[in-house]
Amino acid sequence: MSNAAPLRRNLVTPLTVVLAALTLIAFYFVALRFIYGLGAVTNLNQGYPWGIWVVIDIFIGTALGCGGFAMAILVYVFNGTVYHPLMRPALLGGVFGYTLGGLALIVDLGRYWQVYNFLLPWHWQPNSIMFEVGLCMLAYTAVVWIEFAPAILERLGWIRLKRLIERWMFVFIALGILLPLMHQSSFGTVLLAMSTKLSPLWLTVWLPLLFVVSAILMGYSVVMLEAAVVTQSFDLPSEHQLLSRLSRVVGWLTVAWLVVRWADLIGRGAADLAFAGDLKATMFWIENVLFAGGALVFLTPSGRASRRASFLAAAALLAAGALYRIDAFLVGVTPVGNWGYFPSVAEIMVTVGIISFEILLYLVVIKTFPVLESASRSGTAHA
Amino acid sequence: MSEVDRRDFLTGAALAGATAVAPSEASAIARPPRERLPQAVGMLYDSALCIGCKACVSACKAANDMPPEVPANLTGWNENTWDTAEDLSGRTLNVIKVYRNGAAQQKDHEIDGFAFVKRHCLHCVDPSCVSVCPVAAMRKDPVTGVVSYDPDACIGCRYCVYACPFGVPQYDFNNPFGKIAKCQFCNHLQKQGKIPACCDVCPTGASLFGKVADLSQEIERRLTAAPGSAYAFPRGRLGDDRPPNQATVPTYVKAVYGEHEVGGTQVRYLAGIPFAKLGLPTLPSQSPASLSEGVQHAVYQWLIAPLVAFAGLVWLVHRRTARNHHDDAPNTERGRP
Repeated sequence: MSNAAPLRRNLVTPLTVVLAALTLIAFYFVALRFIYGLGAVTNLNQGYPWGIWVVIDIFIGTALGCGGFAMAILVYVFNGTVYHPLMRPALLGGVFGYTLGGLALIVDLGRYWQVYNFLLPWHWQPNSIMFEVGLCMLAYTAVVWIEFAPAILERLGWIRLKRLIERWMFVFIALGILLPLMHQSSFGTVLLAMSTKLSPLWLTVWLPLLFVVSAILMGYSVVMLEAAVVTQSFDLPSEHQLLSRLSRVVGWLTVAWLVVRWADLIGRGAADLAFAGDLKATMFWIENVLFAGGALVFLTPSGRASRRASFLAAAALLAAGALYRIDAFLVGVTPVGNWGYFPSVAEIMVTVGIISFEILLYLVVIKTFPVLESASRSGTAHA
Repeated sequence: MSEVDRRDFLTGAALAGATAVAPSEASAIARPPRERLPQAVGMLYDSALCIGCKACVSACKAANDMPPEVPANLTGWNENTWDTAEDLSGRTLNVIKVYRNGAAQQKDHEIDGFAFVKRHCLHCVDPSCVSVCPVAAMRKDPVTGVVSYDPDACIGCRYCVYACPFGVPQYDFNNPFGKIAKCQFCNHLQKQGKIPACCDVCPTGASLFGKVADLSQEIERRLTAAPGSAYAFPRGRLGDDRPPNQATVPTYVKAVYGEHEVGGTQVRYLAGIPFAKLGLPTLPSQSPASLSEGVQHAVYQWLIAPLVAFAGLVWLVHRRTARNHHDDAPNTERGRP
């Protein structure tokens, strides 16, 4: 048995009611999309055929779900067993990040009723990066559910099935590291096929590396933010000591990311575009400042020691990774012809709704299934 | 700007595009460029011959069963009787656009002049849309090189729309069951031995159908002929016995659009003003697909790298969890530090 326990608290709170309401609003707009088409509810156009439903719901949403993957690298590859209490909550984020990312994909696909063609071998097109990304994401969604399954089976009392899965868990843990390495890097390769449209500030053959490492950074940031918020708002024993050890690792990884990015940019002779003073350059600098700011806090002892500074630094890194994706897929792209894009209210509400739904499900599950170890330690006080 | 200056400018712009990715790095990892198919069919669109009659647009709609299109600001006087498409869309595969400058008095003049341009699929030698499509809905014919679209395969991800360097494939956003629209070079007519509708109806031979190899020779003849001299411009299909359009040789920009752009295209353009002024994007000679596929294949060839990584990870994770095989937590005995 693990040391985790359900957090026995009320399911209906002001927060969960608001989250549920936002989710319902999103469902309303999704219904409109299916009845009237993408054009009726989105600002998508021929110059920007992908909007925030792709870039935020899928590319950023799954990166937010990379906590389980990022923690698994630390725990199993670098033998960071002390971090193990953070595994289950991180995997839970992955379960919802990927499952809802998959649902968002169906909403966005223009010919969703034929999506099964993806699985028919005579349609396979192995040169397509999207093909690799699609199959890999589908496989990982299944793997992350299996990785999280012990928590569900433990609650249901299906101990024999739990034991069976756990005997083979090392295979799924290995897959759970390999598959996100593959598709999170391929999200960057997706952009290489659009090389004539993408600004040199983002276009580089190192895009796959920059994408996968920033996804790992976002995964760690989510784990830190989630732990801080949950322990604070449910009055649980703080995990800050453990988190501050993690933040050192994250700080150095961010520095490595920035070094690769800037060395490549200068090596290609494209750094002068950063001083062009246009929207692309401005957004590029905001990204870099957020990355550097987060790293700076995590690399100074006083920054790591302060809960508030650490929280802000994790939030900054999360925003940096999200912005990097928005810029690479939307701001950095110059289409053929005079097209512009800013998401419609419906697009924003669907995206907000999907994120709300994720948080709502997360809250429900940590209150009903054994996810948090800190909950078991505080169990007697709140029983 | 003199003719030569202008050409230098165009070359410079093309080079700037090509250096977007460091050339040494990019060519080291890119897969080899694709060769043009020997029997490839194509089109020469000669902007200087085009009179902007739009017979090609109308014939295209009829041949492909596409509805007329009326922009919102014209519905007041045009109640769906005239097709007045302004650009490619989910319902328009082929469109004539106009360049205008100043007084717009002289045809094929950059200053105070005007010029026409026809936009549709250029049928790339190494098409991005074919490379990016996850379900092979976009295919390039292995003989003719025509790039066609299969709506029954398509899942509507619109990666082709985003990836096309020319902005050609168009998803019909206004239809809940929309599909991708793009010129398929009237494949259905070609199968009956006919030629694409736009080339068939063009009164001046501005749109000329033929084998790409033959069209290249025709392009060379036009570019080397003395401007102002008499010339018999073929119409319909190059080599057919239709009466030609007897006219004089215009002053061309001494370049061919589509010869080198993104690895070459089967549709080629000649024009009297720079191509960029006509709205044709300035592009490098390397195809985006050769770079993205090169990177993808470097990592995924025969799945060797992922399989080796998987084996290594299984071994590593098994070793870490071996002492505690019954649980997902290797440290439950020790608890928290």
